[in-house]
Amino acid sequence: MKSIHISTKVNGDAMEFVCAPDESLLDVLRNRLGLTGAKEGCGTGDCGACSVTLNGRLVCACLVLGAEVDGAEIGTVEGIATDGVLHPLQQAFIDHAALQCGICTPGILVAAKSLLDRNPDPTDTELRYWLAGNLCRCTGYDKIIAAVQDAAQKMRAA
Amino acid sequence: MMDTGHKRIFKVVGTRPPRPDGIDKVTGRAQYGADVSAPGMLTGRILRSPHAHAEIVSIDTSAAEALPGVKAVVTSKDFVFQDDDFFRDVQENCMATAKALYDGHAVAAVAAVSPEVAKAALKLIKVTYKQLPHVTDVDLAMRPDAPVVQDGRSLETVPAGMSANVTHHSEFGHGDLASGFAKADVIVERSFTTAATHQGYIEPHACLAAMNADGRADLWCCTQGQYNVRTLCAALLGLEASQLRVTASEIGGGFGGKTTVFIEPVALALSRKSGKPVKIVMTRDEVFKATGPTVTSSIDVKIGMTRDGRITAGEAHLRYSGGAFPSGTVDMGGQAAFAAYDLAAVRTFGWNALTNRPKEAAYRAPGAPQAIYAVESVIDELCQNLNLDPLDTRLKNAAKKGTLSSYGPTFDDIGLIATLEAAKKHPHYTAPLAAGVGRGLSAGFWFNFGGNTCVTMNINTDGTVSVTEGNPDIGGSRASISMMAAEELGVPYDKIRTIIADTASLGHNDVTDGSRVTFAVGLATIKAAQDAIAKMCARAAKLWGIDAEAVEWVDGAAVPAGPNAGKFPPMSLAEIAAVSFQTGGPIAGHHEFHADGAGVSFGVHLCDVAVDRETGATKVLRYTVFQDAGRAVHPAYVEGQMQGGAVQGIGWALNEEYIYGADGRLQNAGFLDYRVPVASDLPPIDTVILEIPNPGHPYGVRGVGETPIVPPLAALSNAVSRAVGVRMQSLPMSPPRILAAVMAHDAKV
Repeated sequence: MKSIHISTKVNGDAMEFVCAPDESLLDVLRNRLGLTGAKEGCGTGDCGACSVTLNGRLVCACLVLGAEVDGAEIGTVEGIATDGVLHPLQQAFIDHAALQCGICTPGILVAAKSLLDRNPDPTDTELRYWLAGNLCRCTGYDKIIAAVQDAAQKMRAA
Repeated sequence: MMDTGHKRIFKVVGTRPPRPDGIDKVTGRAQYGADVSAPGMLTGRILRSPHAHAEIVSIDTSAAEALPGVKAVVTSKDFVFQDDDFFRDVQENCMATAKALYDGHAVAAVAAVSPEVAKAALKLIKVTYKQLPHVTDVDLAMRPDAPVVQDGRSLETVPAGMSANVTHHSEFGHGDLASGFAKADVIVERSFTTAATHQGYIEPHACLAAMNADGRADLWCCTQGQYNVRTLCAALLGLEASQLRVTASEIGGGFGGKTTVFIEPVALALSRKSGKPVKIVMTRDEVFKATGPTVTSSIDVKIGMTRDGRITAGEAHLRYSGGAFPSGTVDMGGQAAFAAYDLAAVRTFGWNALTNRPKEAAYRAPGAPQAIYAVESVIDELCQNLNLDPLDTRLKNAAKKGTLSSYGPTFDDIGLIATLEAAKKHPHYTAPLAAGVGRGLSAGFWFNFGGNTCVTMNINTDGTVSVTEGNPDIGGSRASISMMAAEELGVPYDKIRTIIADTASLGHNDVTDGSRVTFAVGLATIKAAQDAIAKMCARAAKLWGIDAEAVEWVDGAAVPAGPNAGKFPPMSLAEIAAVSFQTGGPIAGHHEFHADGAGVSFGVHLCDVAVDRETGATKVLRYTVFQDAGRAVHPAYVEGQMQGGAVQGIGWALNEEYIYGADGRLQNAGFLDYRVPVASDLPPIDTVILEIPNPGHPYGVRGVGETPIVPPLAALSNAVSRAVGVRMQSLPMSPPRILAAVMAHDAKV
């Protein structure tokens, strides 16, 4: 299969890569662009550990082809902090002990940020349903919900 | 002798500082098993049996080896023959020799220049199988006419005449059952089954192996214990321990499932053969099919009780299967089953049987949740029959200090009664119940382990401290170890940095299991700090020209011990460290030992559920966890263990199960069909931490990680049973099972 040349933007930076036609965006990010923040937990879109944004839309990078992102804007966990300053969500996850092993954390942060970008004041129920596509096996989600709500409150007050 | 630190005022222990690895983990910087690469690296992939049980007649790898880009192919022939049963089982599970024992059992592996070539090469390996009859159900496997999974594996404890699948039998208890049951006013006897579940860590197993021609090797992998990986891989490949350096990556969950090896020896064998680094990352399908589920169980429990709620006798028959290899997990089930109660007559009978399922791996309190589920279900039914309060009844029978436990030892200070009383006082217990809502509760127990441990602590010349420990940080242990170092040294938490050593850089540490790390590594850290303190006191004494014994350590500084020692201003850790090169050289503390005295842990869980009688679906409305932590070093991480364990238990109770087809193949090897709880399934999980100090630790610490998965199974089952008016006896209580139970009940009424 002939490789495809793609030009895209990741976390605001222009990037180019070549990939196989059947190569997932997740493999491109991890293996070709060196961005290993997005994790592969299942490869079938069931766990959300590879959550990224594609033109502002929350997607599982394992279900998108690298070849599809020509001209697109991709956002990953590596782009959430700006100029070395943690995003309120990131700080809240540390403050609330909302991560244990941390493998699901990149995907959950990307997903939570995507929700707060749309709805700065979600109810707990809205938040729990929005994050239903992101599996966490360590925390039982309790502290994740508390952390996102705390960050949302701080972002609204800012 | 432990010092009597229990009543001390803590400055750091009990606070909630940020974890040192937090920023790495919220920015994507933390490196997990699959996140590293090496120049010239090959991709390894494993060929797995599609059959539940088959003789491997032949394996022809020639076509795969001839494929351009394939650099190595290995089979069981590439590993060293193991005399010892334990090592042979680990090896056989990593790579089958004569028989494939379960769907997904590894039979060969390739290393190639790309994942695509590796995948193509697997298809070119020709394995000739002769399919054999299989068995996946534990009760069927124990029948004398069952297909035999492995012959000749029965221990002498197993009576003659049983199926060769029965590998193990054990009994625990004391007292006279017959006279105990004779004293009962009511006896309830019930049978239960639980399904095998998977730990469900989100990170699939991953490793990167590089072995040189001289036999020196480096291995990077996600594991709960790099030293154990070294021991196992060195044996399987015939290496010396010093030649194999294992580095534990950040670990994306384990829960017991990453306490052994699966792909690591295979990657090393491929690297040895190809002369190049080899990376293997499991797919989720492989994780489900070929790594650690729990045992599957079938249990009978009989309990006698007086009208006023005193248990007169308890008996349990536990039949566990740890898959295709012998397992002793049933011992822990038999020992834990009645551990919460002070009983005059108690006995458990345990059996392990081989089935054509993957080899069991540890999962949080292995063996205990199943046994305690069955016991706590029967106690709940007795309470219903006798119209007794379930908490008062448990209080009436609760084990306490001085109780001869059902598994042998006499308990020291334990927190069960305090935990039950906390549950009774909690507003959850007295909150009114809406129509159709059931409330259930269960007690739970886990032993907790200590084990081999080694810690080094370097006092840096700028007054900071580097702690080197050997247990992967699976949920905040860098923070808790740093906190205990700060507490003992009397310096601020942010002056400490704790790192996790590779196997070449620190002495052996047992696996991160048995809830041992905060207890045992914490204890070693405290002792290493005391060692460093003694050295720092000696340095101060040298400068002051007095005896080292005349110096003591107070609030992070050396001070003269009493007026006779002389009058000198305190010398802080930083001041002593700054001049250490002039007083005798670098200062380090060290401690290595086998940690004993891990205090047992009890928990009580309380839950409210609503069950939809039309669909059989259960909604958990409210959930509260009560647990004795001994001393909560970092309370937020203790709560996290309690919440996470509870939710894994909720999944086990309501949804999760290994489903096998008639062909013996696993039918739900993915997160879509093996459904773990998601955020929208759950209510907040409230927590109440009790602190009944463990006499075996200077701060009173008990392990907390495993106990929380024990009570949810019965707490949920008791709640559902009360909500629907039918006693549930099988897990998981998935909607079809509940619906069938409700319909059967309604048909009778």
